[in-house]
Amino acid sequence: MTATLAPAGVAGLARDDLRARTDSLASGAVHHGGTAVRVEGIVKSYGGGGPAALEGVSLDIAPGELLALLGPSGSGKTTLLRVIAGLEIPDGGRVFFGRQDTTDIPVQRRGVGFVFQHYALFRHLTVFENIAYGLRSRERRRRPPEAEIRARVERLLDLVQLPTLARRYPGQLSGGQRQRVALARALAVEPSVLLLDEPFGALDAQVRKDLRRWLREIHRETGQTTIFVTHDQDEALELADRIAILNRGRIEQVGAPHEVQDNPASRFVMSFVGETARLAAEIREGQVWVDGRPVLAAEPGWPQGPVDLCLRPWDLSVGHGENALPGTVREWRRTGRGTVAEIHLDGAEAPVEVAVTDVYRPGDRVGLEASAARVFPRG
Amino acid sequence: MSETVASPRGIAALTEPRPVRIALILAALLFLGLFLLLPLAVVFTEALSKGLGSLLDTFAEPDAQAAIRLTLLVAAIAVPLNVAFGLAASWAIAKFDFRGRNLLITLIDLPFSVSPVVAGLIYVLIFGSQGLIGPFLQRHGIEIIFAVPGIVLATVFVTFPFVARELIPLMQDQGTTDEEAALTLGASPWRVFRTVTLPNIRWALLYGVLLCNARAMGEFGAVSVVSGRIRGLTNTMPLHVEILYNEYNYVAAFGIASLLALLALVTLAGKTFLEWRHADSLAGRGGH
Repeated sequence: MTATLAPAGVAGLARDDLRARTDSLASGAVHHGGTAVRVEGIVKSYGGGGPAALEGVSLDIAPGELLALLGPSGSGKTTLLRVIAGLEIPDGGRVFFGRQDTTDIPVQRRGVGFVFQHYALFRHLTVFENIAYGLRSRERRRRPPEAEIRARVERLLDLVQLPTLARRYPGQLSGGQRQRVALARALAVEPSVLLLDEPFGALDAQVRKDLRRWLREIHRETGQTTIFVTHDQDEALELADRIAILNRGRIEQVGAPHEVQDNPASRFVMSFVGETARLAAEIREGQVWVDGRPVLAAEPGWPQGPVDLCLRPWDLSVGHGENALPGTVREWRRTGRGTVAEIHLDGAEAPVEVAVTDVYRPGDRVGLEASAARVFPRG
Repeated sequence: MSETVASPRGIAALTEPRPVRIALILAALLFLGLFLLLPLAVVFTEALSKGLGSLLDTFAEPDAQAAIRLTLLVAAIAVPLNVAFGLAASWAIAKFDFRGRNLLITLIDLPFSVSPVVAGLIYVLIFGSQGLIGPFLQRHGIEIIFAVPGIVLATVFVTFPFVARELIPLMQDQGTTDEEAALTLGASPWRVFRTVTLPNIRWALLYGVLLCNARAMGEFGAVSVVSGRIRGLTNTMPLHVEILYNEYNYVAAFGIASLLALLALVTLAGKTFLEWRHADSLAGRGGH
């Protein structure tokens, strides 16, 4: 008798859990302080004497936070995500979920939800059974009764806006629908943290955009602590509460989107989170000099001597004063918001797109005046 | 024929004139008929030449029944062993990266490149009375050569690439993310294997089992070296066919042969069905 009662009791608890979470959401209390996930000094190499995938990465993720791991391919962002999930075992460092050290806990018992770039749905199971898989995988005494599983899967199908597709097979769905199912499947186990590995990487541009907005909504609705990996800075800037920018196995900067955009901590961050024109310059006598020409007043606190001068396109405008930087027009075209010219500044590595009012032809010489800039010591 | 006439636009890029096409098709059909269909028809007509009654008498004969039983027994042991081996090998090769992986792939193909007779001789040289550990086995009363264990060993050797060869490319293609997904959802390794890996490969596995079984029942060369052909004891169906034939007992020889031919036809039908119905989940035949 007690044996038959026990599962119902557990299920009741689970339901209460869910309700408690929804209540806390309703009151807007998503951030409780503390950390949901913490990694400390993670080191991981893939052997062969090559460069380490991760070289001592530490990071805190707050409960309810939506954090982006942003970086170019090979920066170690996916490896870090897989270490947090338990799919990779780090060579050094620790992983904590809340206060619990989970470094040595196998992936099955970490309670993470993982969404793969290529969905990884079970192709021989229906959408319904895919979502129910995690619940059915539980050992008998923790497994919710069939009715509870059914109810929960249906709730998740509603959440991901696919209530009519329960009986379909993954092969019959579009890419965007598959990724929604994958997300529902990951959420079904009520993970302590949701991990998404380039979740929109395999989708076309329009679907990406829709799903981005939709993921943001889901996150607001569930308050689920979420870490997602992307190499797309727009995606990270638009979606994330905070962004961790990785380069060659190290974290270059962690901060809110406006922080990394307005106050990049390094030259790498500067050029990775937005279009940048970079010029060799020198600071002396309170001025920034490029090619023997003073182009900008130096701000207090900027280093003296040789620097890299980094300019955002929106801080540049066409002008002909003696401070203007010379450049060559590569291309001129109309866009939905006006006309832009692709201008290659003399001495820069790559051209930048600047909003212009006049008509230009490729090859025209123009001057650009900078209203703001960032400098990094050359080295 | 009707197809080539019915869809001339589909092959517009092929510039061969129609007579050439027809000649090529006829040549292929003639070749197939002469070397495949005609012999098959001969087997069945010879078996039935003295009427159905005498054919059934052939199967009632104790030695024939013993041969059939032995063949079924050998297949019943060799096929599961090779399923287990094939699964283990292809799992290891497809899902892990280890030193010697390519060597293992090459070794799996070895039985295809070695003559079955040589394979049989290897076992005689190891387990035979003059062989490496033959005297040791003799002292302990263990019979391998000229007994059922030898036949099973030779059959396992000859048939072991079949399952692995079907599974390796498919599993390599599928990668490990499905398994990883199941693990993150809390499934135990055994549940992952049962509910994710096995369903992903089930049709390719069945395909491999069919081919493996057909070869296990039909193997002649390797088995004939190790069997000793003791009637009613170590004679498999293919060996029994040869003995009967050498004794000019054509009805019986072709009778047993027709059973083997029937097995081939069933295998072929099963294989065709799998290719038609589940083409997308067999190795190297399209995506997923």
